[in-house]
Amino acid sequence: MFCIRNPKFVENKRLKLSNSQLKWEILFKRILIAMSILLVLIILGVLATLIIESMPSIKALGFGYLWGKVWDPVQNIYGAYPFLIGTLLTSFIALIISVPFSYAIAIYLGEYNPKGWLSDLLKNTVELIAAVPSIIYGFWGLFVLVPMVRELEMKFHVLPYGIGILTASLILAIMIIPYGASLGISLIRMVPSPLKEGAYALGATRFEVIRSVIMPYTRSGLFAGVLLSLGRALGETMAVTMLIGNTSTIPSSIFAPGNTMASVIANEFTEADHTEYLSALIELGLVLFFVTVVINLIGKRIITRFTNN
Amino acid sequence: MEARIGMRNIKSNIFKGIIVFFAFLITVPLVIILLYIIKQGAGQVNWKFLTGTPAPVGEAGGGIANALVGSFVMVMTASVVAIPVGMAAGVYLSENPRTKLAYYSSLCVDILQGVPSIVVGIVVYFWLVKPLGTFSALSGSIALAIMMLPIVIRSTEQTLKLLPDSLKEAALSLGVPYHRVILKVTIPCGFAGILSGITLSIARVIGETAPLLFTAFGSPFVSAALGKPMESLPHLIFTYATSPYDDWHNLAWGASFILLMFVLTLNIITKVITRKWKIQL
Repeated sequence: MFCIRNPKFVENKRLKLSNSQLKWEILFKRILIAMSILLVLIILGVLATLIIESMPSIKALGFGYLWGKVWDPVQNIYGAYPFLIGTLLTSFIALIISVPFSYAIAIYLGEYNPKGWLSDLLKNTVELIAAVPSIIYGFWGLFVLVPMVRELEMKFHVLPYGIGILTASLILAIMIIPYGASLGISLIRMVPSPLKEGAYALGATRFEVIRSVIMPYTRSGLFAGVLLSLGRALGETMAVTMLIGNTSTIPSSIFAPGNTMASVIANEFTEADHTEYLSALIELGLVLFFVTVVINLIGKRIITRFTNN
Repeated sequence: MEARIGMRNIKSNIFKGIIVFFAFLITVPLVIILLYIIKQGAGQVNWKFLTGTPAPVGEAGGGIANALVGSFVMVMTASVVAIPVGMAAGVYLSENPRTKLAYYSSLCVDILQGVPSIVVGIVVYFWLVKPLGTFSALSGSIALAIMMLPIVIRSTEQTLKLLPDSLKEAALSLGVPYHRVILKVTIPCGFAGILSGITLSIARVIGETAPLLFTAFGSPFVSAALGKPMESLPHLIFTYATSPYDDWHNLAWGASFILLMFVLTLNIITKVITRKWKIQL
């Protein structure tokens, strides 16, 4: 009876309830969308900030900036070439040292010994290497590695700085091993076993299976792992800053001190007292940002293609 | 024929030997580093070290309370910012994988993961430090939050994608509104995975120094004010390690030991969570 006399009342109550739920639902969806947009905005904001703030130096110095061989803030001369060389040298030496290790770990944990306590131990070790903060690597390097390198330099009869490109590269090599290794492990495990079994059935030894089945199959993926570690090495700041010696000249040998793009920024950013100096440093950051982004995206693209196949 | 198969087997074994050698050689530097830090740092840690502020140059002793408080405050603030944002974005990415927005924000997560931490420091300097006119713990926290985001997002996304669709469908068919399905069914089911992502991200940013150099800057006082400069463990290690004084080096060793313990504990917690709930990150 109540319903017939006043049907709107009941309807409204139900409607009201679902209305409020609906509002929450819409709000919730909007929040999700807003947060995803926020991510895009952060990246665009980073890019815009870097470009705007490095504008004075881009305008004043142009493209010659990257090839200028002298960096002298006192005379207002800015050339990024020494840091470019420093960054490339440290990163590539570190990469050359680390690749055998990360490949060996990937092959061992992916193929030889994927299960058991020994492989768990090694896997945890690799994860731990990635977990130790870079500042601790730098500190340890400063007090342990530097004297060792100094001894080495005495034997080679070069100036015994201790700190320099080589020392920084050594620490960097340890730090980037996990990135290539952990990716490599999962990729090698993805090799279909019929392929390997086929090779074994033909009488191939384990080495031959690894060389002619696993390696060709995972080559692109392992290369992506190397790219990702290179991206890490290029942007690594603290450990390198503490060990590279911080001189703004072009390093004459791998024993000489130098500077990387990241370490220059870390050292001189708070000291930069005029606009041009500051924006020259930010332009370094911009270059660093571009290079690491491109390297990372290429690496990620290769991995996605690999896993989709 | 016999001889050749013998040669091939020998070659195979030599190769295995090389692989095992290189694979296990990597434990050597890690063990050396850990032992060295423990040897130098563990002896420094006592009550006064944990509760005191750094002593002036030339005086032995002193503590790192300012850095402990600072690291704690900044990492907490960063988590408060990064966890909700990261989880929301992660939910969006796992729920709508095919939209245009999902493509772009996923791309941005990839980019963010590769951005050098020093660049984050520069950018936050211009976003917060310059407009506010002072180095502040807030700007440091925001920089750390940006570093945390990709890990939180990816772990949320990946965990939720692994959940069976039937779970969500069952809840939806009962007439439960969408937001309640996400908050009460999907997220609780994937909670362990998300949690391990969160601990992992905290473990990563607690040792970050580069983004703090131009944002939180450092300060010799114990303070919890977000608007003022603040010390942090990694920054304290950096300043003291590069100083020429032995007393300060000792402080830095102690601080390194504490930082290392934090990072190890957080990693072990992550391990335990992932093992208990059998998650793959």
